[in-house]
Formats: sequence, structure tokens, C-alpha cells
Amino acid sequence: METAQETIQQTEAKAGTSKTFKGTGSQVLLNGLIEEGVTTIFGYPGGAIMPIYDALYDYADKLEHILVRHEQGGIHAAQGFARASGEVGVVFATSGPGATNLVTGLADAQIDSTPLVCITGQVFAHLLGTDAFQETDVINITTPVTKWNYQVTDAKEIQEVLAKAFYIAKSGRPGPVLIDITKNAQIQLEEFPEYVKCNHIRSYRPKPKVRVEYIEQAAALINSAKKPFILFGQGVILGKAEQEFKAFIEKTGIPAAWTIMGESAIPTSHPLNVGMLGMHGNYGPNVLTNEADVLIAIGMRFDDRVTGRLDKYAKQARVVHLDIDPAEIDKNVKAEVGVWGDCKETLPLLTNLVNENKHEDWLAKFKEYNQQEIDQVITPELYPTGDEMTMGEVLRNINEICGGDAVIVTDVGQHQMVACRYANFNNTRSNITSGGLGTMGFGLPAAIGAKYGAPDKTVIAIIGDGGFQMTPQELGTIMQFGAAVKILILNNRFLGMVRQWQQLFHDKRYSFVNITSPDFVALAKSYYIEASKVDERANLRQALETMINHEGSYLLEVMVGRENNVFPMVPQGMSVSEIRLK
Amino acid sequence: MSTENTLEHKITKADFEGKQEYTITVYAENRIGLLNRIAIIFSKRKINIESLNTSPSEIDGIHRFNIVIQEGYEVVRKLARQIEKQIEVLKVYFNTNDEIIWQELALYKVSTDEIAEKVTVERLLRQYGASAVVIRKDYTVFAVTGHREETDALVKALEPYELIEFVRSARVAIIKDSAGFHEKLKEFEAFEPGEELVENEFLEKGEKIFTM
Repeated sequence: METAQETIQQTEAKAGTSKTFKGTGSQVLLNGLIEEGVTTIFGYPGGAIMPIYDALYDYADKLEHILVRHEQGGIHAAQGFARASGEVGVVFATSGPGATNLVTGLADAQIDSTPLVCITGQVFAHLLGTDAFQETDVINITTPVTKWNYQVTDAKEIQEVLAKAFYIAKSGRPGPVLIDITKNAQIQLEEFPEYVKCNHIRSYRPKPKVRVEYIEQAAALINSAKKPFILFGQGVILGKAEQEFKAFIEKTGIPAAWTIMGESAIPTSHPLNVGMLGMHGNYGPNVLTNEADVLIAIGMRFDDRVTGRLDKYAKQARVVHLDIDPAEIDKNVKAEVGVWGDCKETLPLLTNLVNENKHEDWLAKFKEYNQQEIDQVITPELYPTGDEMTMGEVLRNINEICGGDAVIVTDVGQHQMVACRYANFNNTRSNITSGGLGTMGFGLPAAIGAKYGAPDKTVIAIIGDGGFQMTPQELGTIMQFGAAVKILILNNRFLGMVRQWQQLFHDKRYSFVNITSPDFVALAKSYYIEASKVDERANLRQALETMINHEGSYLLEVMVGRENNVFPMVPQGMSVSEIRLK
Repeated sequence: MSTENTLEHKITKADFEGKQEYTITVYAENRIGLLNRIAIIFSKRKINIESLNTSPSEIDGIHRFNIVIQEGYEVVRKLARQIEKQIEVLKVYFNTNDEIIWQELALYKVSTDEIAEKVTVERLLRQYGASAVVIRKDYTVFAVTGHREETDALVKALEPYELIEFVRSARVAIIKDSAGFHEKLKEFEAFEPGEELVENEFLEKGEKIFTM
């Protein structure tokens, strides 16, 4: 092993004129991370990754390592970082249990297209297959939940594999990549060539050359439409095409609704933003999906939570589907015109060919439905008259205090749907939630990562009493590294979403949804995190202001109504047009 | 239409009339773990692989998989896209049996005494185009190359005569109109994706449904 002094000299030599670098596999890995622009790593050490951590000891000035309390927390933090910043999130974990603890986060990142590079340690190559201590077949366990993975057994592979990993993670439809490095490769001493970033893999096409014919057909169909409707997803954000998207909708005047992954791509207040799609989405967008004559889907994948019953979904509509992943086109909903490409490129081409329009009558229909929803659902939720507090009124207060500038990270469940429905967003990458996988326990660690990814923003983690108890250990990470995350627990003393389903569809048989909680305030304080609890409306506003204006991290527990339901709702197996207001 | 497109499966009415046999041809990098990555695309959807063969292709370093499944067109099309999406996969084709030439190899071990004694066995073997691979005192191994029905028929015919052991290989298939992968590979190796890489699928379908 090299001494620290030698390492620094070598690193400096590399930065100078020298093209090669003599050192260990671990050092060349860390050098590669720096070359890729990595500044923050979330991780947890262990036996099989110790050489990398030993090397990391000398890189404290270049690489900030956040010691999480559990590898699941580490990967969710990296996800939060990636989602807030648009950069690749990086995670370190050891072999065996360290690596298996990453699996939930990998699955989450895979389904939500989050760019990650995970580095796991592995036992020595000569021990592979011997059931060595902390040996797990990480490559095969993670194959279905990674965009790509690779096991390195020779240090000479590290640079090329790392360069490929970053290229694959962030190009095309992004996703998680895992590199498993055996311990011998980490300590192997070699003379390495200069690090070269990857920009081409012959068997991988991140995006196609856009074919103008598709654009022309899409434009013709859009121009012929009387009641066109845009459905947009995270693809707009991942493609960094928010401005292109805005230009497109503003020229065409077409109402646009979002999936929860696409929320915040355009401001909540935009006049053409008609709200949320899907099971707990807004009334108009759901009902009018089955009245639109042309649906324009952009960077979304027609998830079953968005479409409801598929054979009754938009059967009258002709569909234009823009996506970077050709496997998504015609997967769930048949597209008449599939525009395969990066929406950053396809949207401006389309905008050039579409006619300016207003669609005032059609937009008025959305407003009519919206008014019904305001009267029957939104007003009672945001301005409740009963004694019990609602989740909605908490969100309304946050909107009033933050003005739509906060980054909202949610966990999974009722509070998530309420937050997505009611939170106001002015900026893109402000809504961070576990959409596809629905991972309870995502919220707290993802918020920590989001704070590192967007250090100048107020980051509020909105979490239920159930979800918080899945990853509370990350309070320790906040305690140690000081991420100023505002933790808002909306406590209804139930696993609320499951309870809602049991009430509506299982004859109110409340089977194991009655969850008790510790004293969250005392728990936070035991981690030296300021905390308080609110159980009546009179104190809510002040408590929220205290939380948001507090300098460091802060935990606020708000007791909300026990048996409040999230509406509207498209019951499972029903059509989007059969959405219930109560 | 260029020769490239003739490799693609031609959609017919039969594609939408229940399940039928499709042969999926995958061109991929020769990399450890890729077989698993491809196999789980089927098992995730609880689809059984009827036959799977992996072998080198005409190009050094590029492997070729032949996968046979019984499914409907829509399912196969989606599977093919999911396979093609894998980083190390270059290209996926899927074809019905009329679009390919395929063979399977079967080996039959029978008692040499039985063959020597019973002329009918010898006649059977001749009739099925079998060749003797090994002849020993105790047994003889015959090989037959052909379609499933042909190799199956010989199993049935040999049953009364002490068929000691039987094994059949996976299907290997060549697409009738294929001009090989050399030209295609050049496009993949180019940095900018060329026009030909973008299949005409949507466009052609679009012309049928929608005209400007």
C-alpha cells in the first residue's frame, strides 16, 4: 500500500503533465470519480471495501463522504442527490449485506430512471464461489434492477468500467449502474493510463437520430386536433427540456397534466398546467382523458396508476407518444405516432411545425371540472372546518410560507398523494418522490441527499408516521453531517393509505394498519435535532414557520385526522372517467 | 425497401390469432452475465423458453442467441424491445417459422443387437436420414438433423426397439433474407447513429393509419 504522502504526490503528478498514474485500483477509482465530476459520496464501509476507504482517507479535500446509517439510506440519499441536482448519485457499500441492502434503492432508481453509480466491494477473486465471509452474488442479485452492472476482478479494468458506468447511468433513459470490485483489484498496484471519459459503446444507443417524418406526422395530428391533451412525465425533467416543453405548450395552447414524476417540470401556476394524472390525480385531467381526441404523451410511460383500467383508457383518442426509450412506445397504450427521441431535440422540432392555438373552449372544460373539485374536495381539504387537522391544510401553509420555492421530498402513502396534489412548485426538480416503486422509507434519506444536491434550497421531507419508522436511523446521518433537512411527520396514527383501501374496499376490516409510534420529538432530540409537535390548528402556522426558518435541521410532528381519505380516487380496476370525488 | 428491413418479421393475420412459435435472434457482445440478463426478461413475465442456443456469429466477439418461445405477436414484440434495450445487446430480430431456416440435432442411443437383428430398425434409420456416429458392440449412436417433428417422429418409431437414450439440441436458425451482420455492425461502431439504425417501424405503420 502507498503512504498518504506518496498518494498526494501521485495525484498532483497526474494533475500536471504526467499522463500515467502509478497506484492502486482503489486510488485510480477515486481519481476516476473526480474526473467524472463527483463531489459527494454516500456510503458505508466494511471488510471487502476497506482498501477503497483507506484510499478515500487521503481524498477528503476532493470527495465529501457522507457516512449513512444503513446502505438503503445511502442509496436513497444518492437518489435524492441525483434527482435534485441532475447529476449522477454515487454510493459505496461493502460486499454481502452491504450490497443486498442496496437492492430496494436500485429497484426504485431503475423504475424511476435515476442515474446512480454504485460501487460495492467484493471478496477476493480467488474466493468467488466459495461462500466466503460476506460473499453474495451481487451481480446476479442486482441484474434485474440495474441498467448495467459489472464485476471487476482486475484493477486494469477499473478506469474503462467506471467511464462506461457514468456514461450509461446518465445517457439515454438514465438508470442505476453497479460496479462490484473484488478486494484484490482494489489493492492491485499498476501503472494506469490517463482517464478517458466514455462517449460511445457500440452495442448501446442512448438516443436515436430524430426522424423528421415522425415529427411531421405528430405535428399534423396535433394540428388536426380539436381537443388535444398533453400528458407529461419525468422525461421532460430528465431530458432537461423544461424550456422546450414550455415553448411547445404555450404555442399550441394545449392543456397539460403531469404524472407525479413529471410534477415541477413547469410551475404549478402555469395557466396550461391543469394538474395531476392518475389514481389520486385531479378530476378534470382524469375525466377528460376519455374525451380528448388527441393525447400527446411526453416522457411518460402510461403506468397503471395513471391509466386505471387500460381497456377503458382513452379509447377515443389518437395517441402521439414522445419517448427516448423505444420499449415504452406501444408498451401499454398503442401510439398512432411514436416519436422516438430525446425530447430536448424532438420538442423544438415539433414546436416549429405546430400551429399556434388557444383551445379556449376545451381549456374551459378543465376549469369547469376543476371548480367542481375545488368545491367538493379541495376547499374542505385545504380549509377544513372540523377540529381535526388535514394534511392538505399543512401543505397550504407550506405553500404560503415557502411560496413554491422549496424542494419537497415525500415518502409513500396518503401524505405523498396530498403533497403531490397540493404543493406548489416554481422550479423544476423540486418534487422528489418514490413514484414507480412506492418505497416507504425513501423520504428521510432522499431528503438528506436532496439537500446536498440543492444546498441553497429549503428541503422539506414530508413523511408519514409509518414511513418514518422504516428509515429513522438516518437521523444519525443528519446529526453527524448537519444536512439542514426540515422533517415534517404527518401523523394519523394509521398506515393511512392501506387503511383507506381497507375502509373503501375491504369492509373496514382494519387489518394491521393500526401503527403506534415512538415519541418522535424525543427521538429527534436524542439525535440533537430540534423538534416539536403540533396537535391543534392554532399552533400550526407558527410551528411550520419555526421549522422552516430554523437554521439547521428540524423535526415537526403534526397530528392530523385519523381517518381522512385522499380524494379524488380512481378505484383499482376502474376507468379514469369513473373517478370518485368522495 | 432495403434488405435491412426484410429481416424484420412481416406482420400477418396469424400474429394476432393466439400463440405461435417465434424464433428470436439476438446479436450481442460476448459478456459474462448477459445470458442471465436476457433470461430474466422472460422469467419476469413468466414466459417459458422452449429452446435456447448461444453460439459465436460470423463476427469475432459477437455472439448470437437463438431463443424459441410460444407467444402472441404483441408479447414477442415487447420482449424483443426489452432485450434490445440491454446495454450489451446490439440487435434483436424475431421471426415466425416461415421466415427462417432452422435445424435441431438429435442423438439416439440404441442397442446394436436390436439393430442387427431387426431389419425394420435399419430401414427406419435410413428413412429418417440418420447417420451412425458411434458403433459399438453394445450400442450404436445415431444422429438426425432436422425439424422438431422429424426428430420426434424417430423417437416414436424407435420406442419399441430399446431406445436407450435420446437428446436433442436447441434450435439454430438463420433468417432467410439475412445478409449477415457485418454491414450492420459498421453502423453500430459509428459514433453518430445512422438513419438505417432507426427502424422504419413507426413510420410504416403510421402511413397505414394516418396520412397528412
